[in-house]
Amino acid sequence: MTAPATPVAADRPPVRAARGGAVHGTPRRRGGRATPWIYLAPALVVLGGLLVYPVYQLGLISFLEYTQAQVSGGEPTTFQGLGNYATLFRDEEFWRVLLATLLFAAACVLGTLAVGCALAVLLTRVRALPRLALMLAGLGAWATPAVTGSTVWLLLFDADFGPVNRVLGLGDHSWTYGRYSAFLFVLLEVVWCSFPFVMVTVYAGIRAVPAEVLEAAALDGASPWRVWRSVLAPMLRPILVVVTIQSVIWDFKVFTQIYVMTGGGGIAGQNLVLNVYAYQKAFASSQYSLGAAIGVVMLLILLAVTLVYLRLLRRQGEEL
Amino acid sequence: MNLTRARVRRPWRLAAEASALLIAVLVAFPLYWMVLSAFKPAGEIASDRPRPWTLSPSLDSFRRVFGQQEFGRYFLNSLLVAGAVVVASALIAFLAATAVTRFRFRFRTTLLIMFLVAQMVPVEALTIPLFFLMRDFGQLNTLGALILPHLAFSLPFAIWMLRGFVKAVPEALEEAAHVDGASRTRFLWQILFPLVFPGLVATSVFSFISAWNDFLFAKSFIISDTSQSTLPMALLVFYKPDDPDWGGVMAASTVMTIPVLVFFVLVQRRLVSGLGGAVKD
Repeated sequence: MTAPATPVAADRPPVRAARGGAVHGTPRRRGGRATPWIYLAPALVVLGGLLVYPVYQLGLISFLEYTQAQVSGGEPTTFQGLGNYATLFRDEEFWRVLLATLLFAAACVLGTLAVGCALAVLLTRVRALPRLALMLAGLGAWATPAVTGSTVWLLLFDADFGPVNRVLGLGDHSWTYGRYSAFLFVLLEVVWCSFPFVMVTVYAGIRAVPAEVLEAAALDGASPWRVWRSVLAPMLRPILVVVTIQSVIWDFKVFTQIYVMTGGGGIAGQNLVLNVYAYQKAFASSQYSLGAAIGVVMLLILLAVTLVYLRLLRRQGEEL
Repeated sequence: MNLTRARVRRPWRLAAEASALLIAVLVAFPLYWMVLSAFKPAGEIASDRPRPWTLSPSLDSFRRVFGQQEFGRYFLNSLLVAGAVVVASALIAFLAATAVTRFRFRFRTTLLIMFLVAQMVPVEALTIPLFFLMRDFGQLNTLGALILPHLAFSLPFAIWMLRGFVKAVPEALEEAAHVDGASRTRFLWQILFPLVFPGLVATSVFSFISAWNDFLFAKSFIISDTSQSTLPMALLVFYKPDDPDWGGVMAASTVMTIPVLVFFVLVQRRLVSGLGGAVKD
């Protein structure tokens, strides 16, 4: 990795590459090797202290017996080995929550992507005014803080005072009472506040597709669906990968919406997702080590997603 | 693209535009309802025949919100936290992005992959160890307990996104600056920084939102000293699951949403181009 002859050199002006080659691994004449590390130092210190170290600690706590007694210093911490994980994996609730989290996140991702992509295509087919309207509405939804979004949706779908039930003629149907209707309710809110990111990004991507390509497709009489499937989707693949992965990461970690909209996980915890579950275990029932173990499980799942992402990036031949 | 559009048959385009407008209205509706409910007098909110307008707007809900303990203080706290995170993460990310794009060095690729992986770390999972960390450093119940973690969590994405902007500045410019006798530091701050600034703004949207919206950390780290609380917590004071004060909640929500909206509208252009750049890069 010391050699400057990385593929990166290809898209650089020749001067740069030549000089890089001449100085053997230090592309700069002045400053030398230390400079990039000096620039990186603040970032590395912050990330090391507040990200890497806590991850390490999370792992550590998950192997210890750590409850209120240990927190207050009343009892020494004891090493549990995999005991916490065993407890967790034996707990039926954990598997139920894990399954719910995966399905809920998948549904959110699919919903967000479908709505975001469809509207991005729609944006390219309308004139400036409707486009601006939709763009601004989307930015508004995107900008809405999760807490306020949740409370507003609660009011909209309120059994007594909400307009939605009136319009749909649902009477005083409570959206948070049933397990699935509560999940659906939260899902709608999550899609509402996360599709704009997809819409804006994909729209920016479509705009970057050369007009001739689309014209050619239109001249050949391709239907809009066909244009999307055979022309746009392949060209937008890198962007679609990014928004998909980003959505997976966000939707897998939904916390505020579930916490606020279902009142901390729904009736008898029917709407718990891993994140809220870990929080409840740790902070509501002081089982910090169990909460940490759940955190580790989440971390591993997201790490797997990351690895898939990196493979996809590499397959596209993208440089880092 | 104009040609393509001309080829779309007229009725189809009109249908597309009508649906775009309809969807825009639907998407904006929750926000409209929020502001509307904030201005409705109490009697109209607690009505089972909700009307999408009000004939007698009132400021009662806002008065109640601002009369609530120290709402102004919470607002200020939130601004402080978000502001500190935005400024610090912009500066730190700028330096780091410069390092990974303008220099070749050992472990460069490794570092980049680590920044990518760091983005995936679920913030929420780290609440427990961070809680102990903050306690050990005596930061519980201080704004520092909110600023520091958010700084750490917004950095990887900011660095990742800024790379594209730093890359876009031609190398020739650096050569020229060097020939003219500018030191590296001078080049960094007087030439590169202003050029990358639009990118910094786009990036800061994300840091701002994550810090401004934060709910979990505020809930977990600000446990006893409510004078250090932030807006999301203040908002929930009005939201009691059994008997929510909807007017108050909506007024507080409006107050909380407006700064983000303003911020978004200001940086909208740069955001779109920034996202395009970051993604295509």
